[in-house]
Amino acid sequence: MLFTIQVNNKKIKAEKGETILSALNRNGIIIPTLCRMKDFTPTGACRMCVVEVEGRERLVTACSQPVEEWMKIKTHSPRVITARKTNVELLLSNHPDDCLYCDKNLNCELQRLSEELNIRERRIRAKKIKPRLDQSSPAIVRELSKCILCGRCVRVCEEVITSTSLDFINRGSLTHVGPAMDRDFNFSSCIHCGQCVLVCPTGALHEKHNISEVQENLNNPDIIKVIQYSPLVTTDIADELGIKYNREFDRILNSILRKIGFDKVFTTGTGTDICITELAAQLKEKFDNKSDTPLFISACPAWVKFAEQFMPSVIPQLSTVKSPQQITGVLIKTLVAGEAEVKPEKIFSVSVSPCMAMKFEARRDGMMRKGISDVDSVMTVRELGRLIRLYGIDVTNVEPEPADDPMAGRSSSAALAEVSSGMTEAVIRLLLYSDLNKDADKQLFKKIRSGGSFREAAFLIGQNEVTTVVVDGLTGLEKLKSSIASGKKYDLVEVMTCPGGCINGAGLSFSTSKNDIKSRAKTIWQADESDAINLPCKSPVLRNLYDKLIKENKEISDKKIFYTHFEQRKVLL
Amino acid sequence: MSTEVDIILRKYKPGRREDLIPLLQEIQDDNGYLSEDTIIKVGAFIGLSTTKIYGLATFYDQFRFVPAGKIQIKICHGTTCFLNGSQAIINKIKEETGLMPGQTGRDGIFSYDIVTCMGGCNNGPVVSVNGEYHPHIKPEQLPELIRKLRYIIEND
Repeated sequence: MLFTIQVNNKKIKAEKGETILSALNRNGIIIPTLCRMKDFTPTGACRMCVVEVEGRERLVTACSQPVEEWMKIKTHSPRVITARKTNVELLLSNHPDDCLYCDKNLNCELQRLSEELNIRERRIRAKKIKPRLDQSSPAIVRELSKCILCGRCVRVCEEVITSTSLDFINRGSLTHVGPAMDRDFNFSSCIHCGQCVLVCPTGALHEKHNISEVQENLNNPDIIKVIQYSPLVTTDIADELGIKYNREFDRILNSILRKIGFDKVFTTGTGTDICITELAAQLKEKFDNKSDTPLFISACPAWVKFAEQFMPSVIPQLSTVKSPQQITGVLIKTLVAGEAEVKPEKIFSVSVSPCMAMKFEARRDGMMRKGISDVDSVMTVRELGRLIRLYGIDVTNVEPEPADDPMAGRSSSAALAEVSSGMTEAVIRLLLYSDLNKDADKQLFKKIRSGGSFREAAFLIGQNEVTTVVVDGLTGLEKLKSSIASGKKYDLVEVMTCPGGCINGAGLSFSTSKNDIKSRAKTIWQADESDAINLPCKSPVLRNLYDKLIKENKEISDKKIFYTHFEQRKVLL
Repeated sequence: MSTEVDIILRKYKPGRREDLIPLLQEIQDDNGYLSEDTIIKVGAFIGLSTTKIYGLATFYDQFRFVPAGKIQIKICHGTTCFLNGSQAIINKIKEETGLMPGQTGRDGIFSYDIVTCMGGCNNGPVVSVNGEYHPHIKPEQLPELIRKLRYIIEND
């Protein structure tokens, strides 16, 4: 039901049941918000969105107050603006003055608000808190001095990720955000997914930087510098650098990376193709053995840690195939090292990924051979953007170049794996193709491509019916648990920690909007429609690897390097 | 100790969030403090993460996470006691015991907490020693009081 309300002496249409804020936003009136997150229930904690409602003594938070017919609202009256300004001034009263050195400089919401509200001096002075810097996590740094206690990270961790590793500790001026028993991140149940970093309005939570480590190695002439990047990086780095993406940019990135000083550039997509092939083999083996335990895809490192902590019964069912990044990494340290006739320790291998948990995964126990890690350093897309700017490369003026052999290309299935349900689709498609020797109908996969956080579908491959389920975001796990408890049998289970998949990863550019993320899945699906190499088995790069390079290399011909192990983790849950 | 927690847990129904505070209070009354083990146990019982329980318990002054001393002193820091000079008492106690609020000495004899109101506003500043109230305390009385208490414990 629509009705009119009066805002700033003008009439606007509002809908029954919506909040004041949504009515205002729809009518082109912008109000600052801070603790608000889209698709979450409002808390009204920060009081940045206050408005004046005639007849109400106090200011009203627009984000949480339902709009009513009689309302006469003032959104930018002197009283409202003073209140908002005082709010920000109070937040700034004990905030460190180091914007220049802050990780979130130019991306900070507090900075933007104080600029918008024209704050030009520190009017209110309070004692600055100097808590210990928590650098214990391989992925996330917690700088509590910059925390404004908006509670976004706490809510994302509880409501979206469901690991509930963060909460408010203590009360009043001593309040801070931290894991159980006020421990550091590495002792907590944090799964390093980094969704808290994406929502943090300030620099209180940010990724652990590996740039200086990478730079140091780039300057070392005795070392071969190798980089791999995942299929999503090309589109997102274009966003980060502020240029328009086209297909050509896939190849331009290769020469940009070479200009920075990397000797070899590979695509992680080749590793994804291997991952898909190995997974399909495992699934086929499962059917050959007539086993009825499900196979859980373990390509998402945050989900793997989640399972190791919260669902230990699932650990034996986790696929032992390494993630694409680690597969590419281990091939670099074996094949590429062999070709270049250097020892693997003389190779410095960097990976650029849209995921923050990959930083953690590269440090995992089973991710090294003979004491040499498969991947030495993992950077987010934001860090790569910084590196490109640091080396002063004019990205509009670079000739496209191919990536390096033997991991120069990928199938379009590999890009699909960046979207939730993509890995399942790729595995099923590969099995269908090897069974019927023709491409599967794309309509088959409609059911798992979209629709809620828990999506089931069954496929007929040869004589076998393969039941699959896609858990898109960890909130879908509850349904999975109850479904399994009620006796339902699954063959292939895919779990993605970030809702939507890697396209919503925490390592992506801050400048990427949520709408861009949605359209990115469509772009990937569309590219898949027209790509001739739409399956790993059709990729010449992969055939060369499997039929020749891996087969002929005695050290790795047993393919053991593509497999790892998982074990239960004892942390405070 | 852990079995005592189990006995208390048996009195409650599992999975009820509303029981959390009474449950923690009962455990603390019985045990003197909330250990990490009890927080994990209560978390599993109520169905909440330890992070949430620790967050809630630290919100309230009444819960402590290290064992209390044999002599547990509570100093009121409510409005009336504050106006009557409780800050001077706190400073003096810090000086005498060398401890910070919430800490327990290595010998396990003393521990003190700052609390917000004990309901004795007309007698402020109020100090409670093992549940016994001492009204109108002055800072200069404290060294004598602490010496006496230490003597009692050491010769018990």
